[in-house]
Amino acid sequence: MSREVMEYDVVIVGGGPSGLSSAIKLKQLNPEINVCILEKAAEIGAHILSGNVFETRALDELIPNWKELNSPIKTKVSKEKFLFLGKSKSLSWPTWLLPKVQQNHKNYIISLANLCRWLAEQAESLGVEIFPGFPASEILYNDDGSVKGVATQDMGIDKEGNKKDSFESGIELHAKVTIFAEGCRGHLGKELIKKFDLDKDKDPQQYGIGFKEIWEVKDTNHDEGLVMHTAGWPLDSKTYGGSFMYHAENKQIFLGYVIGLDYQNPHLSPFDEFQRFKTHPAIRKIIEGGKRISYGARALIEGGLQSLPRMYMPGALLVGCDAGTLNMPKIKGSHTAMKSGIIAAEVINDYIKESKDLSSYEEKFKNSWVFEELHAARNVKPSFSWGLILGIIFTGIDQILFRGKLPFTLKHKHADHECLKPANEMPKIEYPKPDNVITFDKTSSVYLTGTNHADNQPVHLKLKDKDLPIKYTLEKFDEPAQRYCPAGVYEVQMESNIPKFVINAQNCIHCKTCDIKEPSQNITWVTPEGSGGPRYGNM
Amino acid sequence: MKILVAVKRVIDYNVQVRVKEDGTGVVTDNVKMSTNPPDDNAVEEAVKIKEAGKATEVVAITIGEEKAQETVRKALAVGADRGIHVKAEGILEPLAVSKILQKVVDKEKPDLVFMGKQAIDDDCNQTGQMLAALLNWPQATFASKIEVKDKSLEVTREVDEGLETIVVNVPAIVTCDLRLNEPRYASLPNIMKAKKKPLEQLSATDLGIDTKPRIEQIKVEEPPKRKAGIKVASVSELVQKLKNEAKVI
Repeated sequence: MSREVMEYDVVIVGGGPSGLSSAIKLKQLNPEINVCILEKAAEIGAHILSGNVFETRALDELIPNWKELNSPIKTKVSKEKFLFLGKSKSLSWPTWLLPKVQQNHKNYIISLANLCRWLAEQAESLGVEIFPGFPASEILYNDDGSVKGVATQDMGIDKEGNKKDSFESGIELHAKVTIFAEGCRGHLGKELIKKFDLDKDKDPQQYGIGFKEIWEVKDTNHDEGLVMHTAGWPLDSKTYGGSFMYHAENKQIFLGYVIGLDYQNPHLSPFDEFQRFKTHPAIRKIIEGGKRISYGARALIEGGLQSLPRMYMPGALLVGCDAGTLNMPKIKGSHTAMKSGIIAAEVINDYIKESKDLSSYEEKFKNSWVFEELHAARNVKPSFSWGLILGIIFTGIDQILFRGKLPFTLKHKHADHECLKPANEMPKIEYPKPDNVITFDKTSSVYLTGTNHADNQPVHLKLKDKDLPIKYTLEKFDEPAQRYCPAGVYEVQMESNIPKFVINAQNCIHCKTCDIKEPSQNITWVTPEGSGGPRYGNM
Repeated sequence: MKILVAVKRVIDYNVQVRVKEDGTGVVTDNVKMSTNPPDDNAVEEAVKIKEAGKATEVVAITIGEEKAQETVRKALAVGADRGIHVKAEGILEPLAVSKILQKVVDKEKPDLVFMGKQAIDDDCNQTGQMLAALLNWPQATFASKIEVKDKSLEVTREVDEGLETIVVNVPAIVTCDLRLNEPRYASLPNIMKAKKKPLEQLSATDLGIDTKPRIEQIKVEEPPKRKAGIKVASVSELVQKLKNEAKVI
């Protein structure tokens, strides 16, 4: 079947901070370059979820006068706190004793979704064409194996795969260079990494799942500009994770929790750990009397430099967290993602002008401050595989005494999906019931995401072996998909005493956790029909 | 035959609407907006009629702030020929909207005016009816099927009792039900082409219409939270509770 073709100089897959930065930089370097951005969300920003304490370094380089352009970067960090939580007590850690990378006084508390909306306006004013609601679902290759572009998803296919009356064929977008900027665990990025063997000699990638809720709190509990992080309770010392609480403008606080997906206990439910965390007296006292107005979750990259794949291949580049440029000890990835996008634009501009090789991306990246940052940060996350206490001691030595310059590099030994231990060997965890005031269930939480997928379309969570969840995963791991999914997509239902695996794909909030954590890698996330998924506001 | 289709920009139907803390309205900042769903059906039907060779031009119109233009662009991307944006700020009540539409009808002289049966934000369901009265045109509301005859339309209406079929003479107003059709998707190339289609800018003031609200909105608040249900042990307890507590039997 022949599809309509549109030609561009550069096609960018994904309208997040890295993709938008690439687009803006390309147009700044050469207004003649045709650039378009495909975004799967119904609008730019609607699939963006991030803390976010923003370091402006990359933005200063990209749009030096951003302060004059009514940007949504307003709340400067004014105070910082770090708490170690015990079950009911908390110990405040002096911030001057924190590694420099965790100090935030020059940064801003922002909504990354709003920043992306603003970046999209800047990009459009430079002539970038942005198409929200059009997921790139397929990579196109030239005869020589190089990337030719992408195809957008067909629209109007029913559950059985038949064309509905409203069927609208996807189209092909051909480009001199395609930039993949899908964010963490992009489904096309995953295919490219495999096809071009981009992760050869690299450690397995490491991921986390991040939750975020926005609360409107009482005046007296709000302290605009305050940034607080916690470690410890409710996680055990073997599980990597912690919380953030950022006091943003309009009496809102951004409250979140991140858990490393290398956790071992299949009974662990990241969602319920986050809910339980909020009942700690140090947290409860701030949100009590307030109102939860948003909820969401998204997987994030934690592997750092050891796991960073090669980012160029014939005809294409990977940028941002589609490759994995997040700086874990800094708990920040937006500035590094943006910088990687800027570098990509510079390389592509040379490539188009002088037919240079895209491989110069590697060298430019290595000579940039992103690489320097990631290099200094590289040993922090792996050291936490020894447990919280040893991890903190090592990080203190590595980050405060040696500033990340220790002459060795720790390895990530396992991929996250290999880390689960059999259910019968691990303790069951009893989570308290939600009180619907401070803590909530998944159903009412997913409701707040505004997620929806047009009904009667193929399920976009594909099982390689449809019998495996019941025959193997349920027995060995008590089917952890029921717990690691933050949106209640996966259920094991009993039908006349026979367990049945149910996928409620309509609930999916595109976090990609199942694609990462499924112990046999049996679940593959593919793009649903355009505009599907959450409709996040200022996440 | 020329068809004018009115489209409205509203909060997307998937978004959980939140009431502002001070009770002056609902939160629209950074909230996903889209075309009012039944307006999509109205556009689809107009385009279908044109594709069937029974109309010569489809003109999409919206009234509202600058960003309301997006809804016209969307209509252009699915087949409308040109667009009109009438700029107006603040809350627009159905009467003001229908007066503006009346002015545009005088100017454009369409044979048919299509719009959604009601908007999902204020749920008024008045604009089409008011416009019919102002123009003294026949109206067919809640249309779930439209057949274009020579100088008339045969319209099937969704009414409480079932379906009602009526014939209206052209010119006429038709307000569209969700069951009328399945709106098509805008394809990428058509979105590109839509950017080049003409979009005329007017303003309510230029048309001489005062859009000041006539209804004073005192307070907006959330509906009360539903109380949690309870389980009863027996039928007799249920009956007893329905009788004494709920007082419904």
